[in-house]
Amino acid sequence: MTTMTMAGAINRGLRAAMERDPKVLLMGEDIGQLGGVFRVTDGLWKDFGGDRVMDTPLAESGIVGTAIGMAMRGYRPVIEIQFDGFIFPAYNQITTQLAKMHYRSQGMITLPVVIRVPFAGGIGAVEHHSESPEALFAHTAGLRVISPATPQDAFDMIQQAIASPDPVLFLEPKARYWDKGEVEESRIAAQLEGEHAAAAATAEMSRGRVAREGSDVTLVAYGPTMRLALQAAEVAGADGTSVEVIDLRSVSPLDSDTVLRSAKRTGRVVIVHEAPTAFGPGAELSARITEQAFFHLHAPVLRVGGFHAPYPGSKLEHDYLPSLDRVLDAVDRVMTH
Amino acid sequence: MSTHGPLSEEGLVRLLSHTGERLDHPDFGRYAADLDPVRLRRMWHDMTVVRAFDQEATSLQRQGELGLWVQAVGQEAAQIGSGHALRPSDFVFPSYREHAVAHTRGVDLPEILRIFRGLQHGAWDPAAHGFHLYTLVIGAHALHATGYAMAMARDGLVGTGQDSDGAVVCYFGDGATSQGDVNEALTFAAVNDAPIVFFVQNNQFAISESTTRQSRVPLAQRGAGFGVPSVRVDGNDVIASYAVTQWALQHARSGAGPVLIEAFTYRMGAHTTSDDPTRYRSHADEAYWAERDPIARLEAYLRSIGELSDEAVEAARAEAKELGRRTRETVKAWSRPETATMFDHVYAEPHATVAAERAWFSRYERSFADQGAHA
Repeated sequence: MTTMTMAGAINRGLRAAMERDPKVLLMGEDIGQLGGVFRVTDGLWKDFGGDRVMDTPLAESGIVGTAIGMAMRGYRPVIEIQFDGFIFPAYNQITTQLAKMHYRSQGMITLPVVIRVPFAGGIGAVEHHSESPEALFAHTAGLRVISPATPQDAFDMIQQAIASPDPVLFLEPKARYWDKGEVEESRIAAQLEGEHAAAAATAEMSRGRVAREGSDVTLVAYGPTMRLALQAAEVAGADGTSVEVIDLRSVSPLDSDTVLRSAKRTGRVVIVHEAPTAFGPGAELSARITEQAFFHLHAPVLRVGGFHAPYPGSKLEHDYLPSLDRVLDAVDRVMTH
Repeated sequence: MSTHGPLSEEGLVRLLSHTGERLDHPDFGRYAADLDPVRLRRMWHDMTVVRAFDQEATSLQRQGELGLWVQAVGQEAAQIGSGHALRPSDFVFPSYREHAVAHTRGVDLPEILRIFRGLQHGAWDPAAHGFHLYTLVIGAHALHATGYAMAMARDGLVGTGQDSDGAVVCYFGDGATSQGDVNEALTFAAVNDAPIVFFVQNNQFAISESTTRQSRVPLAQRGAGFGVPSVRVDGNDVIASYAVTQWALQHARSGAGPVLIEAFTYRMGAHTTSDDPTRYRSHADEAYWAERDPIARLEAYLRSIGELSDEAVEAARAEAKELGRRTRETVKAWSRPETATMFDHVYAEPHATVAAERAWFSRYERSFADQGAHA
């Protein structure tokens, strides 16, 4: 076990993937000598050289589009999009090309491209630097969308994403980059060197987990809101409400089975994410719970998330984002319904 | 015709006049030196057969057998000329009108119609033919082509002087030159010295819009701003199209970086079978270009040097007719794919949502079968 920040764990995971497979390449803006604006690729350019840690022209569509071509020749590009709001110049390449090539080619072409995106808010940034666009990508068949909430998951899941034959949006909760945690490094190495590594890696990164057990309310979160969810469970617990916290880890696929198992026991579900609630991941999850666990529910499924307004100026962001009070309010409402 | 701007015919590399006289060119003439009468006859034959196929596909669309057809009539010289310059070690990224290039890469022409009959979106094995699938989002594939070329260079497939050296040829049209992706592709290709030939077929129309809506200058001039050597060729001259592509491929395969070719041609047909060109262009314009038909031009030349016999013409006609018959029969024999195949290949590894929806749909379909059994 080693203590690492989430950013450090991703860096270590990238390094391990590059050492394991010479076809793994990093592409992005300022990821070379600078080490990325968040320093997630720090030191990799020095150790692997500019051919494998490529500073690209400042053109996101170009980065994703050329990565597709390189993947067609057997490379495994790992792209860094500098900030969430800058992914949109590449949106066409991601949704019309990257997501659909495997289908278009009837399985003849696989595109193992990973797109790393520092996402979500809470860091006092200017416009376009705090967004949570995961629903847009989860809505597109052909993409996988995952987000780690701990350094251990960050270390494991970035390597699993790289090992997966499918395109993966790897969403990094940037406000959690400097949170520390214990990381065990050998388990994932064994998985990725084993037989059926790609299948095992893809399956595991697609599963949610119960992060804290409880019996009264199921609180579902992932990535950026996990710390808040655990905090809310702690506070509610002190008030006598037992909250089970589920870390989805993956938005596409959505591990609704893990949520349903819990929801059928508690009968009460609150979903927390920074993405706008309207048409968001919570809406999808809520619909699935209603369809598959309706008669187990004691209260309507509630969502706590961003609003149907552009991400505001940073002085207002703490009222835009889910807060401890708003999560506890939702927990109260499902308990008293 | 214009003497300046994007429709100018000034400065085009030309090795065959529109009436079929062989010309020389100080820079590019030597790149056609290996085109003996046998190879020229082969090119003429390919152009003839592909046009017949194209016309058959149009008929099939009119008869309701295809949902849509994208005609390439008039662009055969640009496509067959460039296609004949390719080696097996090269890789092509077409747009969606490159049926003649597909033919040169060994794609069986009727197979293309799987796309237009609505059976599937891709209809051949790109790796087997060195010919990528059609891309319908204009210009998007220029970036894939550039990335592929960058990877070829990494893999040591350029600059060795061996026959294994290869390059990418990326085809797109005049409209695509306005797309961001094409401009980004030129940027990425240039700064990475990617072994790629950007082959623009300026057929003068992006559906209804003239190339004058895309550019103030001939499209080949765009290359200079990216530091990409560029050439403008008469795209209705199969010999010149071959020659400039040979030059460009040699440049790219040697590791010297990308090249841009603008082949100036004319889309003699409609954009697709859904289009009506009478709304936006004149009969005079069409007549002018009918006189510059790329096939007639080569035919006139071959006849003038005694290298195209009536028997050869008759044989090509018979082969074209046979291809037409085979195309009709092939298309009509295709059955609708099983519905459940729409869930295949969404992902390479299992995905819970796809699995759940596939299972639900299967139960739903079976429920009707059960009802039938009880009735």
